[in-house]
Formats: sequence, C-alpha cells, structure tokens
Amino acid sequence: MSDDIVNIEVDGKPVEARKGQMVIEVTDNIGAYVPRFCYHEKLSIAANCRMCLVDIEGAPKPIPACAQPITEGMKVFTKSPRAIAAQKATMEFLLINHPLDCPICDQGGECELQDLAMGYGRDISRYNDGKRVVKDKDIGPLISTDMTRCIHCTRCVRFGEEIQGNPQLGTVERGEDVKISTYVEQNVDHELSANIIDLCPVGALNNKPYRYSARAWEMVQHATVSPHDCVGSNLFAHTLRGTIKRIVPRENESINETWISDRDRYSYEAIYSSDRLTVPRVKENGEWRDISWSDALSLAAEALGAADAGKLGLIASSAATVEESYLLSQLSAHLGTSNIDHRTGRRDISGQDDDPVFAGLGCAIAEIENQGAVLVAGSNLRSEAPIIAHRLRKAAQSGAQVSFANAQEYEYFFDVADYLSGKGLCELLAGVVVAAADGAALPKAVAGLCDGVSASKADKRIATSLQAADDALLLLGTIAGRHAAYSAVRALAAAIADLTGAKLGFVSEGPNATGAHLAGVTPHRGIGGVQRKTPGLGVTAMLDSELDAILLMNVEPDTDIHATAAAEDKLARQKYVISLTPFVSDSLLECADLLLPVGTFAETSGTYINAAGTWQSFGGVANPVGESRPSWKVLRVLGNLLDAEGFDYVTSEDVLAEFKEALGDVAAGSYSPRAKLTKPNGADAPSEEIDIPLYSIDGLVRRAHALQQTLSAKRASER
Amino acid sequence: MVGVGCMNRLVSYIKTFALWELLQGLSVTLRQYFKKSVTLEYPEEKTPQSHRFRGLHALRRYPNGEERCIACKLCEAVCPALAITIESDVSDDGTRRTSRYDIDLFKCIYCGFCEEACPVDAIVETRIHEYHMEAPGENIMTKDKLLAIGDKYDAMISADKAADAKYR
Repeated sequence: MSDDIVNIEVDGKPVEARKGQMVIEVTDNIGAYVPRFCYHEKLSIAANCRMCLVDIEGAPKPIPACAQPITEGMKVFTKSPRAIAAQKATMEFLLINHPLDCPICDQGGECELQDLAMGYGRDISRYNDGKRVVKDKDIGPLISTDMTRCIHCTRCVRFGEEIQGNPQLGTVERGEDVKISTYVEQNVDHELSANIIDLCPVGALNNKPYRYSARAWEMVQHATVSPHDCVGSNLFAHTLRGTIKRIVPRENESINETWISDRDRYSYEAIYSSDRLTVPRVKENGEWRDISWSDALSLAAEALGAADAGKLGLIASSAATVEESYLLSQLSAHLGTSNIDHRTGRRDISGQDDDPVFAGLGCAIAEIENQGAVLVAGSNLRSEAPIIAHRLRKAAQSGAQVSFANAQEYEYFFDVADYLSGKGLCELLAGVVVAAADGAALPKAVAGLCDGVSASKADKRIATSLQAADDALLLLGTIAGRHAAYSAVRALAAAIADLTGAKLGFVSEGPNATGAHLAGVTPHRGIGGVQRKTPGLGVTAMLDSELDAILLMNVEPDTDIHATAAAEDKLARQKYVISLTPFVSDSLLECADLLLPVGTFAETSGTYINAAGTWQSFGGVANPVGESRPSWKVLRVLGNLLDAEGFDYVTSEDVLAEFKEALGDVAAGSYSPRAKLTKPNGADAPSEEIDIPLYSIDGLVRRAHALQQTLSAKRASER
Repeated sequence: MVGVGCMNRLVSYIKTFALWELLQGLSVTLRQYFKKSVTLEYPEEKTPQSHRFRGLHALRRYPNGEERCIACKLCEAVCPALAITIESDVSDDGTRRTSRYDIDLFKCIYCGFCEEACPVDAIVETRIHEYHMEAPGENIMTKDKLLAIGDKYDAMISADKAADAKYR
C-alpha cells in the first residue's frame, strides 16, 4: 500500500497522507486549522469562498487548500505571512457586503463568519460605498431567510443536489449580483431540508420557529435521541431555563452522520402545544374533572386490581422506552395477564409465532450504503425513515441496483432500477419469488401464494440483481407491516431473500419496536422473546372483546391504532379505560375514563433500541410540562399500589440494569415461515390507507405547528 | 548617653505643664475654622454629579417612539451579577424585540457593563439614585417600568449621552 501514501510537509512538520486527499483534509487531520466557509466534509468541493488560501512552496500565488490535491514532497504553510495576508484579504472582501446586524442575527454567537472575523477581520472597514441588499425569500415554514447575509458558499445548493437529490435552491445571476434562489417561487420541502440551517456558515438560512427566541450562548445542550423512527437519530436539545428552544443534530457517523430529518428537528414544538395534558383528569358521569395525582393513581390501581386477569388489557406504543416497556411487562406479569401488546399498526398477526425475536434491519445502518442491490418492499421509505432513505440513495449513487415494490409509487431522487407497483404487495412479491426461483421448486410456505404468477422482465431483473450482488438487502417497510396479509408478504420476502441470498431487514414502526419486543410487550412472547405458555390477546382481539380495564400508554385511539378499524368506538365499549398520555385529544376524551399526564421523550430518561439493535440511552432534557411525570415513574408507583414485588427503582438506570440482567444475551433471530400460506385475495388489494403521511406518524409531529404548515402535511390532510 | 536621656525627660516634663499637645490639636481646629466648609445639608443641598453617574436603569426609545432594545441579550450576557433576565420573540412587525426585560435591583452592582455592552444605547444607567422599594417584588424593574423611566428622563439621559460622546 506504500503507493497510496504521500509524504508532505505542513508548517514544517512531515506528515503522511493518503493519495488523493486534499490539503485541507490533511491539515484537519493533524489539527492545523485552516479557515473555511464553503468546504464541508460531506459535500463536494466548490472552492468559491477562497477563505482557505494557504501558501504552498513553489506556487506563484496562495492556493485554496480545499481544492488542492496533495502531491509528494509538497510543502504547505498554513500560517505564513502570505497565507495569513491572503486570508485576511478574503475576509475583507466577504465583509464588504455582509450586514453588521450580528446583534439581531440568530446565528450571532455561533457564526462561522463572526468567529473568523475575530481572527482575520480588520477592526475598521475601509469600504465606504453602498452595501448590497437582497430581498428575503419565503421558502417555507421551517427555514427563515435573511439573504443579505449570504456569502455564497453554496453549501445549501450543494446539499440540495448531493444529499437531497432534488435541487430546490440554486444560484442566479453572477458577480456582485449573485443570489441564492429557488428559481421559481417554491417551498423547500424535502424531508431533510432543514439541515441547510446547520450547513449555512452565516445567518442567511435559519430556524424559523426558533427565530429570535434565544441566543446560542445562553442555552444548555443536552444529548438525546429521536423518537420518530427506527433509526434513533442522535440529537442535541438546546434548552433555556428548562424549555427546549431548538433541536440540532448530534454527529454519529454510524447512524445519522451529521443529518437529521425535519421531523426530528421540529417535533419539539408539540411539547409546548396547547394539547398537553397538564393535570390528571377523571370522567365522572360523563363530565371531566381535574384530580390530584394521588387520587388518580389510586383510581387507576383500583381499576387494574379489581379487573379479572383475563379481562385486562395493556396497550403500549412503540415509542415507549425500554424501561417503560419492561415495567409494563412486569406489571402485566404481576397482574397475571398476557393481554399486552404494542403492535398498534399490525393488522395481521396470524404468523406471530414465526416472528424473529425482534424485527431487525438485517445490517447496520451505515452498511446500507455498501449494498450492491436492494429491494425495498411495502415502504414509503422517505417518510418512514428519512435517514435510511438517505443511506439508500448513497448506495444507489455508488452503483447499487435499488428497486422498489409497493402498490403506490413514491418519488425517490435517484435512479431507481425498477419500481413494481399497481398491484397488491403479495402479487408483486410473488412475481419476484418466481423469478428468483427461475424454474426450480418454490419454497413450500409460499408455493400457494405464487400459484399462476409469472415473472415479468422487471421481476427477473430484480431477482438477478439481488443474486449477483455481493451484499444484497431486502427491506420490508412499515406499509408492509400494516398490510392486511402481512404474514404472506413477509413469507414472500423471506422466500426472495432465501432464493437470492439477500439479507432480510425490517423497517419497524416507532423508535423502539425492538425494545418493546425484547421487553415482552407482546401477547405471545415474554421478556427476551420467550414463548408464553398461554398467549394473550393482541391489540385487535383486546379491542374486539369487552374488558374490565384497559391501560393505554401514549396511544391515541383514532390516529395511532391501525390494527383494527373503528378503534375509538371499540375502546369506548370497554368498561374502564386508563390512558397515560402527554396529550389530550377528542378521541381520548370520548373513550377514556382516566387520563394521567406523562412526559414526552424530552421529559423522561430512558433508552431506545433502534432497528439495527443499537441501545441508546438518554436523560431527561426539559422540565416537565404542568404536573406531567415520566411514564416509568407512573408505572413504578402503580406497581407499588398494586403490591407488585421489586417495584422500588429509584432511577430509570435501575430499571434498565434489571432489564439487561433479565434479558441476558439475545440475538435478533431469524424468520422462516412454518405454515403453508394461501392467497389473501381481498386482503391484498392496494390501499392508500396503510401509508401514514410523513407528518402524521405520531402525536408529537401531529402537533408540531411548523411541520403541520409544510406542503407535505397540507397535501396529506387534503388526501 | 545618660545626659541625653535626662534632657528628653526634662523637655517632655515642660511640655506636659505647658499643655503643648492640646495647643497642637487646637491649632488644627483653628485652621479648619477659617477654611471653606465641605459639608452639605442633604437633601436640601446636593453634590455635583458626573454625567457618567451610574444610578437607576432606564430603557430608551428613538425619537419616533420606537423601542431601541433589539433583544440581542448582550447586557444579560455581560452582567456579572446575573441581574438581567430577558426573553425575546418576534414582534408584530417582524422585528426582534424583548417580551420580558427584568433587572433585579437587589442583584445589580451598578457596574455599568450593560450600558457599555449595548450596541444601540438602549439600556442606560441614569443619574437617579434616590429611590426606594416598599413592597417585596418592587426590586424587579420590568420592561414597562424601565421604559417609563426612559421616557420621563429622556432629556437628561440624552444630555448626558451627548456630554460623554466626545470621550468615546
């Protein structure tokens, strides 16, 4: 490998670097800072800000470090008088047109231009002519613009082209008149678009909901994890006096790189929405009344304790943390019931005994971009997990054959090899199975499903690409998970994976479906996926029967339960419904009897396990709203009131430690269908209903004001 | 050596009987008696004040009535006693404004850093130093109170600012 090593000298120090690296990468690696605005690790090189000019021996003029590949024997001086003079001159030119409005600029205090102006700027301007003024643009409800501040680094333009894939911003005109523009008036509405706020080195693009509400230096930064998808993007919450003011990405190369979805960034608004439940409430003779926590808890304990074990139901959401899931599971064990479930979206649980221990992604998130061929079935991936969709786009760009199979067609901003659509998911996948078998015998489980199905050319292309690639992946999305014939869909997907040698992965619903499975929040399996002797009722069965008491944890009947139709009416029929919820909704007021206010992800400490099986713990970051309490504390006290053993945890870490001990070493396990499946017929009809729009997936995003103003949300509500 | 000791004792003996120390003290009194008096009959009489005197705070407006403060929070950041609390928001006309501006007079040490930090000359310390509080909570100068002081003493503040301008 010695050919790949190049020896150069930086500021007199000999450095070994990889061939093909740019000077700035080498200087960054050894910690010799070179100022820059347009250069960004994750974006292509533009070399248009000219701030990173360095002195290179033998070069007639200073050269931009970001665009200069290293050569053997190169001598770079980052701090020579010529380099510094060049950088200072660049700064003087940049500041000619930059307004002096730092005191009202939201970027003030964390501005790259401000910081570098301290080091490279003159204290007095020599420029006496008129400054340029650029009209601000309305590019949507998420991003505010102050275009006069723009220094034309084009990071946002390159982000659109290279990361989003649908360039929405570009430059118009040239020279002094150059502007960043949307060409025609339009919103920037990609699901990752708000990352340009972090990319913008000045205050030209900023966070609209956060506008003018705080300053960078007065906020406290807390690490947390996204509660919206199975990726578990790493976030920083910035709080001022206990209130979240904004969310920014926390770099984690193996999960979200430096990006987060707009959903992760703006959903915090819901924490302070007027829908928050702030005190416990009870329904008496049809009237709602505020009560104290102690009364509320004893009412809840009474209702749960008095119910017959078989006539008791516990429904959690997949947004419950590991700790909450474990406590709920322990509580169900104490109450002697197996009627516990979190799969509020799964219509078809007929194959549940074949479930893997948890539905994993099949590979690490970062590995998705190294796949040679990917088939994504039953998924609106950009909406379900924007970060996975981004990784998939990277795979496609490096040459992977990425195909989709779904009843509806969704837009992807890369070259899609094949898109199977227009028919039911089972039918689409059956074609690929037949193509993959290529005349050989079909696996027994799915033979019946493939009866009379012939492979189209596209099916054959997909099967061949999956077979030919060294690393191939078949991803089943949440649309598949909500499919009325999920067991058939899954069996077909497994058959394709089996026949082509591809890995089978699942995009699960919510941030912690994995944790809920491991903690035994399923009617058929206990902690660690151990089969229960007597399986209990699933969500649909619970709602269809008449129970004495039902406990809902962060579940809204009308919008979160897709497993069965008319969940609201069915819940209203139950004798006593207790709801642990951060939000009040009309549907809850209609069907619940007792509402206990609990905290959102930001107000509780806990752990999420993402689809790739990564455990990520986080602390509470914001002060609780009203009298709301973390769910795990509520469950703990309920346990005490019901005389459950061992419910004397002091911190959520205690709960986690106990759970880890109880769990031991558990692998995701694999899935292989045992029963022979027959054609689902009617259940396979394409239906738009099972796709949940981008900004409707959970209670938080549904109440985030800015997200609801976006075009995607408006289009979804018109649907 | 013995002779010097005897001499000193004799001088001291004579001084004692001649009331020498008393006369020395009274001579100071006599000198002060003919000097100009420096005592003032406060509050009827007052000492002259510098235009830089740092007393009670005020928030200023522009001549057209627009608030000067732009909620940049630099005063809050620079305040060594953490006496200033600001909340900011977008105002109705889209500008950056404070929705809360509190100064706790019990915490304030009247260092004048807030005035120095202000990029728009909004927060100032006036010459007013004769004020008192009667009820708990009156020590918190809210935005309304500060603006009212600024409005009332606008002429004085402007004159002081003008007097100091040439030294800046």
